[in-house]
Amino acid sequence: MDAEREVLDVLARNAREDIDDIAAQTGLDADAVAAAIDALEADNVVHGYQAVVDWDRVDEGKIRAIVEINVELDRETGYEQVADRIAKFPAVDALHLVSGDYDFAVEVLGETMQDVSRFISEQVAPMPEVTQTVTHYIMETYKDGGIRFEDGDDDDRLSVSP
Amino acid sequence: MRLSDRASDLPESGIRKFFELAEARDDVISLGVGEPDFSAPWAARTAAIDSLERGKTSYTSNRGMAALRERIADHHERYDQPYDPADEILVTTGASEAVDLAFRALVDPGDTVAVHEPTYISYGPGIELAGGEQLTVPTRAEDDFALTRESLEAAGAAEADLLVLCYPNNPTGATMTEEEYAEVAAFCRDNDLRVIADEIYSALTYGTDHASIATQPGMRERTVVVNGFSKAYAMTGLRLGYALGPAEAIDAMNRIHQYTMLSAPTTPQYAACEALDRCDEEVTEMVDEYNRRRRLVVSRFNEMGLDTFEPGGAFYAFPDCGGDDEVFAEELLEAEGVAVVPGSVFGEGGEGHLRVSYATSMRELKEATDRIASFVESRD
Repeated sequence: MDAEREVLDVLARNAREDIDDIAAQTGLDADAVAAAIDALEADNVVHGYQAVVDWDRVDEGKIRAIVEINVELDRETGYEQVADRIAKFPAVDALHLVSGDYDFAVEVLGETMQDVSRFISEQVAPMPEVTQTVTHYIMETYKDGGIRFEDGDDDDRLSVSP
Repeated sequence: MRLSDRASDLPESGIRKFFELAEARDDVISLGVGEPDFSAPWAARTAAIDSLERGKTSYTSNRGMAALRERIADHHERYDQPYDPADEILVTTGASEAVDLAFRALVDPGDTVAVHEPTYISYGPGIELAGGEQLTVPTRAEDDFALTRESLEAAGAAEADLLVLCYPNNPTGATMTEEEYAEVAAFCRDNDLRVIADEIYSALTYGTDHASIATQPGMRERTVVVNGFSKAYAMTGLRLGYALGPAEAIDAMNRIHQYTMLSAPTTPQYAACEALDRCDEEVTEMVDEYNRRRRLVVSRFNEMGLDTFEPGGAFYAFPDCGGDDEVFAEELLEAEGVAVVPGSVFGEGGEGHLRVSYATSMRELKEATDRIASFVESRD
């Protein structure tokens, strides 16, 4: 495995690892790790670093919805152009072009359900290319970013064993 | 009740004391655990559940389900270990049963069984229960705890009847190369030693492929290989292992097994079939994670001045603590709430070392090694 891939594997699991610890875990030296991270960022492989948050546990937390969007394209307007316009809204947390019954899957983040509804009905639905939207509010998140949302440590192994 | 001399004479495991010390506190980070911190792959667990839902709760063949033995045979082609599922494979209740059966099938009262130490703690009592006598062959830190012909000769193992090998090794994490095995195999052939090779950690090697003495010329016919699902597939509690060997040895082991165990538990056999069919990716992910932890732990111990050789397998590091290992481990637990196992528990050659298991999360490993570093500093 090359250095960048090894560093990426560590960062994808825990973006807060410091360079010395990444170096220790990969067997690379710290300079090589720093160079790999620089290259990953410069090549837009790594776009940023964020926490995986369980918003249900935050007072005044956030409402999240998955919105299916169908669009109609014409000669001047392709998926790229539509995506570019949708992605500009700060409420859009994630945007994917998908296969299947609809075109875009959009993750929308808002303070309240009304915020999200208003955003969809007032900003997204009126876009000329958008023909249909279906909004699914997320009721509960069990796993996100590869991390299972559950309480504490359930390690029930014997504390010392042969 | 009057107990048999055999049972009364069996010593208490040295690990017991540290288990009790660690259990007495509730703030302990334990690097003393000899099993994976992962759960068995979900696909394997669902296969077990599914088998229960279908009512698969009867005995299997004494030798284990034919479908499982066929998969084990296929799986071992990756180690160049060809065994016939019909009569050269026996599925057992954990690798521990396979080791016990091998002793009882191969050892006559008065036979001498050579065991390299430090090593896993069950071989000595198993040999004793089979009526044999253990001959200890210490391995050396300067050889990175690999077994050498020189150590075998120095210990007088030429006179032994049987040799027990455990590589990748618990507690040292040491592995053996093909070249090192060639030397040991020649010694076994020259002195007509049979071998029990406990290879339970074969899937957990880092940077090198697992090697087995059974693939050396003239060794297959004199070797029983023991393996299982506990370590590779994080299935310790499901208790499923197996033995591979020449038909006459497997047949003798099965004769004992049919009276004492009848068959290995059925539910885990379904889980194991699924594990072998579909869980390679999970194993790779676990191995990659162990490898990152291994590098971190080894580099941190060396940084704090406790010399640690680079272990090639299992999930243990074996740092030199520079003094009495029992005192070090007890004081470390007392002062910093970190549990490790003193190397001397694992026999001769383990003194002055600690068995550090990295089968725990990266976060806990960092915290534990920080605490050990501050303990080491406070002793200077």
